Amino acid sequence: MGNENRLLTARNISKSFGKAVIALDRVQFDLRGGEIHALLGENGAGKSTLIKVLTGVEERDGGTVTLNGKQIHPKSTQEAQREGIATVYQEVNLCPNLSVAENIYIGREPRNKFGKIEWKKINADAEELLKKFDLSINVTKNLDNYSVAVQQMIAIARACDIEAKVLILDEPTSSLSTVEVEKLFEIMRKLRQEGMGIIFVTHFLDQVYEVTDRITVFRNGGYVGTFETAQLPRVELVGKMIGKDYASLNESVVAGQLEDAQESTGEELIALAGASSPGTIQDFNLKIRKSEVLGLSGLLGSGRSETARVLFGIDALGSGEMKLKKEKVHFKSPLDAIRSGIAFCPENRKTEGIIADLSIRENIVLALQSKRGLYRKISKREAEKLADEYIKKLEIKTPDADQLIKNLSGGNQQKVILARWLATEPEFLMLDEPTRGIDIGTKAELQKIVIELAKQGMAVLFISSEIDEMLRCCKRMVVLRDMRQVGELHGKEISEEAIMHIMAGGEQ
Amino acid sequence: MEKTKKKFQINNVSLLITVVLFILMFAFGSVKYDNFFSISTFLNLFNDNAYLMIAGIGVTFVLITGGIDISISSTIAFTGVFSAFLLQKGVPSFVVIAIVLLIGILIGSAQGALIHYFKMQPFIVTLAGQFLMRGLCVVISEASIPISDPFFNSMALGKVAIKLGNAKAASGKLYYYVFILFAVLLVSVYVLKFTKFGRSLYALGGNETSAELMGLNVARTKIGAYAISSFCAALGGVVFSFYTLAGYGLQNMGMELDALSSAVIGGTLLSGGVGTVVGTTIGAMIQGIIQTIVTYQNLNTWWTKVTIAALLCFFIVIQRIIAIRAEKMKGKEEA
Amino acid sequence: MKEKWNKLSQKKAFWPVVIFLVILLFNGIMTGGEFFSLSIVDGHLYGRLIDIFRNGSKLMILAAGMTMVLATGGTDISVGSVMAISGAIACSIVNGNILPGLHGNVAAAVVLSILAGTLCGFWNGFLVAKVKIQPIVATMILLVAGRGIAQLITKGKIITVNSDAYYFINGGYILGLPFPLFIVIFLVGLLLLFVSRTSFGLFLESVGCNAKASKFAGIKVDRMLLAIYTISGAFAAVAGLIESSGIKGADCNNAGLNIELDAILAVAIGGTNLMGGRFSIPASIAGALIVQSITTTVLAQGVPAAYIRVLKAILIIVICLSQSKEFKGMLAAHKTAKKRKAVEE
Repeated sequence: MGNENRLLTARNISKSFGKAVIALDRVQFDLRGGEIHALLGENGAGKSTLIKVLTGVEERDGGTVTLNGKQIHPKSTQEAQREGIATVYQEVNLCPNLSVAENIYIGREPRNKFGKIEWKKINADAEELLKKFDLSINVTKNLDNYSVAVQQMIAIARACDIEAKVLILDEPTSSLSTVEVEKLFEIMRKLRQEGMGIIFVTHFLDQVYEVTDRITVFRNGGYVGTFETAQLPRVELVGKMIGKDYASLNESVVAGQLEDAQESTGEELIALAGASSPGTIQDFNLKIRKSEVLGLSGLLGSGRSETARVLFGIDALGSGEMKLKKEKVHFKSPLDAIRSGIAFCPENRKTEGIIADLSIRENIVLALQSKRGLYRKISKREAEKLADEYIKKLEIKTPDADQLIKNLSGGNQQKVILARWLATEPEFLMLDEPTRGIDIGTKAELQKIVIELAKQGMAVLFISSEIDEMLRCCKRMVVLRDMRQVGELHGKEISEEAIMHIMAGGEQ
Repeated sequence: MEKTKKKFQINNVSLLITVVLFILMFAFGSVKYDNFFSISTFLNLFNDNAYLMIAGIGVTFVLITGGIDISISSTIAFTGVFSAFLLQKGVPSFVVIAIVLLIGILIGSAQGALIHYFKMQPFIVTLAGQFLMRGLCVVISEASIPISDPFFNSMALGKVAIKLGNAKAASGKLYYYVFILFAVLLVSVYVLKFTKFGRSLYALGGNETSAELMGLNVARTKIGAYAISSFCAALGGVVFSFYTLAGYGLQNMGMELDALSSAVIGGTLLSGGVGTVVGTTIGAMIQGIIQTIVTYQNLNTWWTKVTIAALLCFFIVIQRIIAIRAEKMKGKEEA
Repeated sequence: MKEKWNKLSQKKAFWPVVIFLVILLFNGIMTGGEFFSLSIVDGHLYGRLIDIFRNGSKLMILAAGMTMVLATGGTDISVGSVMAISGAIACSIVNGNILPGLHGNVAAAVVLSILAGTLCGFWNGFLVAKVKIQPIVATMILLVAGRGIAQLITKGKIITVNSDAYYFINGGYILGLPFPLFIVIFLVGLLLLFVSRTSFGLFLESVGCNAKASKFAGIKVDRMLLAIYTISGAFAAVAGLIESSGIKGADCNNAGLNIELDAILAVAIGGTNLMGGRFSIPASIAGALIVQSITTTVLAQGVPAAYIRVLKAILIIVICLSQSKEFKGMLAAHKTAKKRKAVEE
């Protein structure tokens, strides 16, 4: 239908990093002129990789990109800009130490015939441009004088001014207030009217329904489909994002899983009451019992990881309190938490989990060693025993414990991190996306381990964007949205349908 | 809803403190010592520190990009020795100057290329550069080589009398070579403020990823900064040989620290993105005035070093405090 | 046998030690064996070999401390200045210029100057770990101030001391071997014991590799940094004592001048990545001996000392290049391109 109006077409785009990680697998994407097109998907879906390919940050392995009927192959952001593709990134990519006006024009400053930059013109032009965005600020002041929201607007203004045909907005709203988001939408609509094609990446579903015309969903590096926004119910959208077809949701899957669904009646182990942390979670109340796997569900950026960070002493508790075994505790560092019997497998395995250049054995004993302190060194024999024990128990695939952890596959790295924490014999284990980027076999193994651990009396906080595995592991689930708790489900109430409803905002 | 955060602009605060400090010191000296208050005292700050100021201006370019260059003192020494050596061999003075300036640019570009393309630490690369050139100095000549070239002589002795009144305090003199400093200063101000290259330096220091995403040429800018730093050091070396009329390989040991201190005291942020060459010049003038006061007070000259280090520490800590406050204001977005 | 050999050659210190031995052998051949000749005078060993160990003692001590600093990805360029301070304090006390109440007690002088060095190191560590200033900038403050402070202690003069007990630190002999060697063995041994018997070594490598993940695993990164810079300062003070004992006085201008590069070079030769991570103190000690023996060799060949500087500068660039990921990547790309070309042909 929109064939004559095709602005940007991407076909069979593939991209892999190294041998193992396939970020994009023959995906496609269509953008019309004069539309706002949402690109959605959970973490690791491949949204950002596609954007990087379109903007020339990454080179694609295969596939074609056509802009206005012409094949393009941008190798750098400059090149993409010249073709007419402008991007605004989630983190403001401007220079805080330069003035507002300069941030808009740097790299393409108006200059006189001697090459002298004409500041007067820059400032006047900038003021003029920002007026279009209803922004009347002092453009000669440094960028870091303004709030992130204003900075984001300035970034958008810069992108629009580069005579862009395609504007990519990569989660531009995560740091904006409602009023500011409204203003941004107004501008987006205005640009749409002028015929620009806008790709809008976000994880706020409300916004998707408010402003976009069409939606394309990716999952695990693959293309799921493109839909008219008006014709796609919210719950179905969530289903597509997390990989469950709402219509064909089989009641029996849920029922079968919940046969032995009995909530743990163990004693309370850890609790948050009215807990807030500046900039992240707000007014959280959470109780976790022994022998219980509590699921923390919500879309990306809903506050799931943030909760774990607070419980582990990484982020400070602003107000409210935390109780461990009914006693008030205050963790100043992860070490305090570890010594109180808490363990945490962070979401970002590479930067927060593994110590790449150390061996498997060293990686395993690390947390136990810091729990014991500097002087009570774990003997070589004990370390070997521990490592071998866990390699066997968790079936870590490696010739021996002396291998460097960086040489393992993602799944086995995750098992090593899990081993690191199990070695500290924790009472409370937090797992943040423990199965991301891991093959199905290992995934199932990890899930089995989690259930087994809970049976042995451990309290587990399980965070995952895959509802499937949450269903398999959890008897109780707390659902989060926008840094708030929006629902709690017990035993039989837990179903994909119910969770998706709450995640999507309670509407059909 | 316009949220203009009331916040200190770090460069302005530092520069303001520096200027006030300079005036206070000058006033202190004038009240305390006879003959201190004079045009001559003021002008001598330039006469005695011109080479330091030129080198400091050069290193400011590198600091703005967020790098560091500790090879400049050796470059100065090398330039001096090599010029003296060439002059001794009868090479015409203008050719000599052209050659050493060119060598400066080459050395800087090489250092910049290693740093940019191989992601080596600027500190290690320029430390190696420092040793390389210090070594080459002595390879050329272990002893000091006197310079007797007429042009160098005329530059060393030629001066302009400045008279603002009939009182003794109202007159002073400026040596010719100080005008080289003024020229460098003017050109640098222009380059940093009004050229694409200059603005790219600031963008690079502000956020390298952003600079790249905004389509700036990072490689050219970074390598250019190191080239300018070494070029200025070489020019400073030429001026220094006007000043001393000799080339000596062990001259100016540790002077890079004076240049770096000048920049920091003048408001340049060692983490990059902020800095002015005028600030650096004033920073060097502060060091000059401390030196002058120490001399008047008949103190051990080492008090100069200690005072400058204390000032340096003070400014670095202030920079950190302001940076920490800025981070706190932003909240924790990295999560 | 072969297995043993393999195991040995995998040790980090293996190649540096081999290189050191090769340099010694080269010297031996060039001098027709005279290099290895040891003579015993008054029951003390003399000879070129002994000189290398004696003169290299300062560098070995510094390299041991610097290894840990570099393993965290930091640097300490103030060691030379700290040496000047420690020498100045020790000599001034022995001379009775300061703290005359101690009556020139050498032991007190030694203890106090090491304490001063420790304090300097603690200051560096405080700036790096707590104020979070980049290590090069943080230690630069003391680099600038250090010599000034030393000069103020000595009132700007070169101090000479007249104390046999003080001379013993550098020139003394025990069991026919020079005393500095025992200082090295004691300090480095102590450090090695500490690193291997406690979990300090594991924590240090972990922090150097990935500070964030280390913090998440419960390591107190700040305290580690503080401790490491403090140790580096204390070690520098000891090196300063040896130096000033060697020249029988305190020369604030030249004590430990530019020695920080030698120390960094020694660590780099030992194979510790200057960006942080895996480290080996024995390998750095061997690296220090290599640097020292190169110096001795070049001097013995009648080449001016200046060439050594040039050589060292080139060495450090080459080593850093070999550690650079980008450089390796470029070489690899070049290789595959060549291979491809060969296949095509």
